Amino acid sequence: MAVTEDPLALTTGDAAIVERPLGVLTRPQGGNGWRDWLSTVDHKKIGIMYGVAAMFFFIVGGIEALLIRVQLAAPNGSVLSADIYNQVFTMHGVTMIFLFIMPLAAAFANYLIPLQIGARDVAFPRLNALSFWVWIGGAIFLNSSWIVGGGGADCGWFCYSPNSGLAFSPSHGVDFYAIGLLITGIASLVSSANLIVTVLNMRAPGMTLFRMPVLTWMLLVTQFLLLFALPVITVALFLLLFDRLFGAQFFNPEMGADPLLWQHLFWIFGHPEVYIIILPSFGIISEIIPTFSRKPIFGYSFMVFSGIAIGFMGWGVWAHHMFVSGIGPLSVWAFSMSTMFIAVPTGVKILNWLATMWGGKLRFTTAMLFAVGTVAMFTIGGLSGVTHALAPADTQQTDTYYIIAHFHYVIFGGGVLGLMGGMYFWWPKVFGHMLNETWGKLHFWTMLIGFNLTFGPMHILGLQGMSRRIDTYSPGFGFEFWNLVASIGSFVIALSVIFFFFNVWKSRRDAPNLPAPGPDPWDARSLEWMIPSPTPEHNFDEIPVIESDDEWWHRKYGYDENHNVVRVATVEEVAQDGSATGVHLPAPSFWPLVLAAGLPLIGYGLIFNLWLCVLGGLLTGLGMYAWALEPVDDPDADHDHGHDDHHDDDDDDTEGAEAEMADVSAGDEEA
Amino acid sequence: MATATDAAVDTADHGHDDHGTSTGISNTKLAMWGFLGSECLLFGGLISTYLLYKTRRGPGPENTVIPTDVFDIPFTSVSSFVLLMSSLTMVLALSAITRGDHPATRAWLLTTAMLGGIFIGGQVYEFTSFIREGVGYTHNPASSAFYTLTGFHGVHVSLGIVMLMSLFVASKQGKLRQEHSETVEIVGLYWHFVDVVWIFIFTVIYLIPVD
Repeated sequence: MAVTEDPLALTTGDAAIVERPLGVLTRPQGGNGWRDWLSTVDHKKIGIMYGVAAMFFFIVGGIEALLIRVQLAAPNGSVLSADIYNQVFTMHGVTMIFLFIMPLAAAFANYLIPLQIGARDVAFPRLNALSFWVWIGGAIFLNSSWIVGGGGADCGWFCYSPNSGLAFSPSHGVDFYAIGLLITGIASLVSSANLIVTVLNMRAPGMTLFRMPVLTWMLLVTQFLLLFALPVITVALFLLLFDRLFGAQFFNPEMGADPLLWQHLFWIFGHPEVYIIILPSFGIISEIIPTFSRKPIFGYSFMVFSGIAIGFMGWGVWAHHMFVSGIGPLSVWAFSMSTMFIAVPTGVKILNWLATMWGGKLRFTTAMLFAVGTVAMFTIGGLSGVTHALAPADTQQTDTYYIIAHFHYVIFGGGVLGLMGGMYFWWPKVFGHMLNETWGKLHFWTMLIGFNLTFGPMHILGLQGMSRRIDTYSPGFGFEFWNLVASIGSFVIALSVIFFFFNVWKSRRDAPNLPAPGPDPWDARSLEWMIPSPTPEHNFDEIPVIESDDEWWHRKYGYDENHNVVRVATVEEVAQDGSATGVHLPAPSFWPLVLAAGLPLIGYGLIFNLWLCVLGGLLTGLGMYAWALEPVDDPDADHDHGHDDHHDDDDDDTEGAEAEMADVSAGDEEA
Repeated sequence: MATATDAAVDTADHGHDDHGTSTGISNTKLAMWGFLGSECLLFGGLISTYLLYKTRRGPGPENTVIPTDVFDIPFTSVSSFVLLMSSLTMVLALSAITRGDHPATRAWLLTTAMLGGIFIGGQVYEFTSFIREGVGYTHNPASSAFYTLTGFHGVHVSLGIVMLMSLFVASKQGKLRQEHSETVEIVGLYWHFVDVVWIFIFTVIYLIPVD
């Protein structure tokens, strides 16, 4: 690499050597506006970017949902053509699952895992940046099919074959679907390996696995599910893509192929995916409920083990999505049983949340309302889920609105409400000011009412026989009234989302006139509350030594001689003040962005012109090698190396080589 | 804060030192194990697909030849043997770098890469001869599944060769020192994994008879 000696005045006034790996990009120094965000490797900034992007796609997916509901509000709807309707409901599902809920959970995982285990960053900060940029590239790629692909995918989010083949879906939509999900899959795979290593390896001294907060545990289980579920859908998507692009015969029944193969591969991924969506939310409310009940979580180890049990059992229930596909009575029986069994650990969790609240000093803040709402709504969704476990009932319900009702109660009621609660809970930690509680409560109640108005009636519609994925219906089947109610409900949800964004804007505007929240505005229990709000760049001034679970709580509270809880220290006495010196942080880098930019180009190339693949491949390869050759730590950055003299060039080389390793392995999937 | 703590914190920060991690396994090695776990499911899916389709011939006369009609077991056995031997040379490369014997490290890295290259060459030959004998990629589900499964494996071997050659060049430039032996070990983990997967694939495709 070319090294030019170019004196540059830093803020400290020191002369610095500007290093230009491969003579292209200057090593970013951080702290200068947008460039700082593009090159950041800070888990907190990456978490915020995930959150912002996820909320953007929430709006996109929400607009698609509103289009569906406008179309179905009355019989013989003519707002959308049947073809556009297929694209809209497909992209609604894909967007909400892969571009909203998963990245929003990733936002919490990125931001909170290092803080909850007492670490300064994730194990591989640059890979973390890579995950984000690859994901956003995939997300943009997926949605660009509206503009350049001749419309969105039109095969439903599960994209059953042979419906997804060229014969029935000739536009490029399905190609964009397959490649887009492959790209976002690479992002999630890299991220999951990174976060697993972070949790297992980066814990503060004394932070044993069974002292970790339940949220960290649930996120860990989620990452394992991602790690093992993603390769399965990767296989499915590759097979689909090879069928469509190269004329392979994986899903063509005329050539003796078996379309059910797709269903198996998809749902072996797809059912763990349900738990990938729900477990982060379970973790979040497991932090909120104890805090606002002023009690430790009831049955901590049961909570953790039931989460792990869900993680394992989630692999043995996939065929309950396929009861009517003719898989045979033995399979139906086995998957029916396993599906009923998986309700047990979920039930354990619900009872433990209730027991945590039982006898507690409850404070109904917005975050707590969302958490309680999550428990209630998820219970409804879980109960309708048990009705699907009964194969005869499921045969009646399959492909009706009853299914739509069920999984929205689970995903929206269980997943989204919990994530929203998490926003209100951790907002002060992330942005240094609280969200307005009055508007927050308005947000909660409109969202809860709108949600039930929208999806409650779908149970009735489904049992009346209204099938899903139809673009309209005729009058006279008794579908009119409840469809109208559902459509009104969907606009109430939209209103609640507007309330949320207004709240974000208003709270930020009002923040300077309000007292700062301080490190611990909720009197909470886990480590992230012992550091200032917003979190300083280096997280912890001094890595805490952990002596118990709920460490932060035990630093504030003790017991008197009668075993009554008494306050032993104020927050100010035990919190850190954010004034560390000599903390050594990984240097920012542009290379993750460069590497990530190559992948969508390869995708466009596969669809339109193979030369683009060459260009994308070159960009990715350049990113990989430049990254590998760039030391993890900027030797010229201005931090205090006083204690760190052993950290010489040798070390940088090690890290370069190891980073290269990680790159190459991360790169496998795209080849 | 005491300097000692500070240094300890700093080590944990970099996280690339195995004595700074909670498990005692270095971050990179743990990440590689996680990645290989994920790869098991990738090959699991592809092998299942092949098992489902291995006898599925297409309807037309030009579509009926499947890979098991034309494969050459002795030929592929030899190339499989070559690939398995490359695991041995990989171990020798690791052993050389732990001793600090850099010329031997380079020699064994190059040998490993070359053995991998011979395997890939064999695969290219096999693919072309299959196509000459009428097993096209698009002819029937069996052939699509065969080429996809072995092709994915071939891509993995090729990426392994790229990694080995990167190590070779790094060593040539004097950047791969004795204390970096773990990097060689981690590339070795990947390489052995790819070999082990081939044992499964070879058994499934070539050794288990088709009824």
